[in-house]
Amino acid sequence: MKQRPDINKLRKQAKQIRIDVLKMLAAAGSGHTGGSLSCVEIILSLYGYKLRYNSKRPDWPDRDRFILSKGHGCPTLYAILAHFGYFPKKDLMDLRKFGSLLQGHPQLGLPGLESSTGSLGMGLSIANGMALAARLDKRKDVRIYCLMGDGEIDEGQIWEAAMTASHYKLDNLCGIVDFNKLQIDGFLRDIKNIKPAREKWRSFGWEVFEVDGHDFKQLMDAYDKAQHIKGKPSIVLAHTTKGKGVSFIENKVEWHGIAPKPEELERALKELESLS
Amino acid sequence: MGKNKQGESTWKATRDGYGKGLVELGEKNKDVLVLTADLTVSTRANWFQEKFPERLFTFGVAEQDMISTAAGFALSGKIPFCCSFGVFASGRAWEQVRTSVAYMNLNINIGGTHGGISVGPDGATHQALEEITLMRVLPNMTVIVPCDTVEARKATINSASISGPVYLRLSREKLPIITKEQEPFTIGKANVLKKGKDVTIIACGIMVYQSLFAGELLKKKGIDATIINLHTIKPIDIETILKSASQTKAVVTCEEHLIAGGVGSAIAESLAVTLPVPIEMVGVRNRFGESGDPWVLMKEFHLMPEDIVAACERVIARKKKGKDKERF
Ligand SMILES: Cc1ncc(C[n+]2csc(CCOP(=O)(O)OP(=O)(O)O)c2C)c(N)n1
Ligand SMILES: [Mg+2]
Repeated sequence: MKQRPDINKLRKQAKQIRIDVLKMLAAAGSGHTGGSLSCVEIILSLYGYKLRYNSKRPDWPDRDRFILSKGHGCPTLYAILAHFGYFPKKDLMDLRKFGSLLQGHPQLGLPGLESSTGSLGMGLSIANGMALAARLDKRKDVRIYCLMGDGEIDEGQIWEAAMTASHYKLDNLCGIVDFNKLQIDGFLRDIKNIKPAREKWRSFGWEVFEVDGHDFKQLMDAYDKAQHIKGKPSIVLAHTTKGKGVSFIENKVEWHGIAPKPEELERALKELESLS
Repeated sequence: MGKNKQGESTWKATRDGYGKGLVELGEKNKDVLVLTADLTVSTRANWFQEKFPERLFTFGVAEQDMISTAAGFALSGKIPFCCSFGVFASGRAWEQVRTSVAYMNLNINIGGTHGGISVGPDGATHQALEEITLMRVLPNMTVIVPCDTVEARKATINSASISGPVYLRLSREKLPIITKEQEPFTIGKANVLKKGKDVTIIACGIMVYQSLFAGELLKKKGIDATIINLHTIKPIDIETILKSASQTKAVVTCEEHLIAGGVGSAIAESLAVTLPVPIEMVGVRNRFGESGDPWVLMKEFHLMPEDIVAACERVIARKKKGKDKERF
């Protein structure tokens, strides 16, 4: 097993990723702030610890794969891919600009990106295809991770895919739900209640882990445990705060699909930088 | 029209050619996979399943999941063939085809059987009349409508070596075999079956046979028709179409499909900006299918040789009228 990185180091990286994401969104003038900030620790503990990859050889066939099914959270994925050397950090400021590889929603072609996404509900099926292909090719070490939004799992296709994954006993697959309790129209409990989520996944044949999605140790523990579950897929329900890290963005439905204005960016950066 | 002189044994559904093609592909290439959505036998995927059970994946009644899973396979270097009825493969899963397949330009092939009203008794819910329109609007997508089982087999095999996505529109009803094994088949290259000087008939699928029949009827009326088998709707072979249209100056398009957005539209889009000759379109007009015997329906929906003859006469009259105008 891989050596775990120092949690303090991960925290520092998370802070930097949040700063990058906010700057990128502000420069773009549009984008999804809340859902990008909620999944920083979820994705960082994958690229900073769990995933096996080589950023100098993005097409290495034995790499693990990460599919961002909630494609609108891509600023965070982009910042993390740049941080781990897939492409220069300076490219991040081209987010959503004409001609940039950093499209508004992920587009195949960006180094390190495994699939185009953005239309919600398709990513888990795509991840299943990769998990089945890895099995066919006898690539025993390859693991597939797929991050969904908690609103996204309203989509029927997610549950089609959930059945497929358990039918084929895809124990090389680990799903993650960014459980931030918000979707565009409001709180899940008001728009479309998905409780009891744990029981739903379990009844679909999945091993369920429930963690604090901002706690690196809990996330890494869950990813490690999931790897040892045999004969069925695993899902990590990661409880998060939408907009995490910036007080005036946290838990605010209106911050789903807007970017910070210059003065908001300044306030947000000040807040983040004051964190230890 | 009923059955032809050769007898029914020479008639086969194009889905059979598809099923045969899949087996041959499976033998040649271990990366070829077949994905099904609870229609394994109806789509003839069971023939592949018998030989290569480990490479056939069932999804149950879940077309959207099947299509996006194919994307995951293709992103891992596999060549999936997704099988369902045309209505569901192209309609239910349209946005999955758009975003997880065409947008990423993946080598995914979709075999949609039960195309057209010739599906018969199952009725409108199962008679796909919109797939050509739905699929050809997508960038990167190739759309093929084989005219018989021999052509369907070749189309299936060739689809695997096209790097982008392919949609194959296939029939349930048996169709007469009109092409030969040794005849050339190139995706994107139309086949001219007969050359004539008065009118160009362009057809695909079952309508190729109907057009050949119409050609005989026209001959008796002293009308000499060119007949083109446009098996690939996209990319459209504008070169062959233009060449013939510039000689005959009159075009009739034939499809067992809605005219809106279909084959006639595709041809008209090309000719309107290159050589705007009179065009008449034979096809289904703003109407859903219904239950019935396939050949009763073909008549009811005006897809018979007589309908093609009438369209040829109309278009030739328009061509002459245009010429009369020029004289004044
Ligand atoms: C199929 C589809 N429908 C609608 C949208 C528009 N949309 C973008 S994000 C979103 C809400 C997603 O909520 P959730 O999955 O909870 O995301 P998060 O809270 O993590 O941002 C919607 C409806 C979409 N991208 N795709
Ligand atoms: Mg949410």
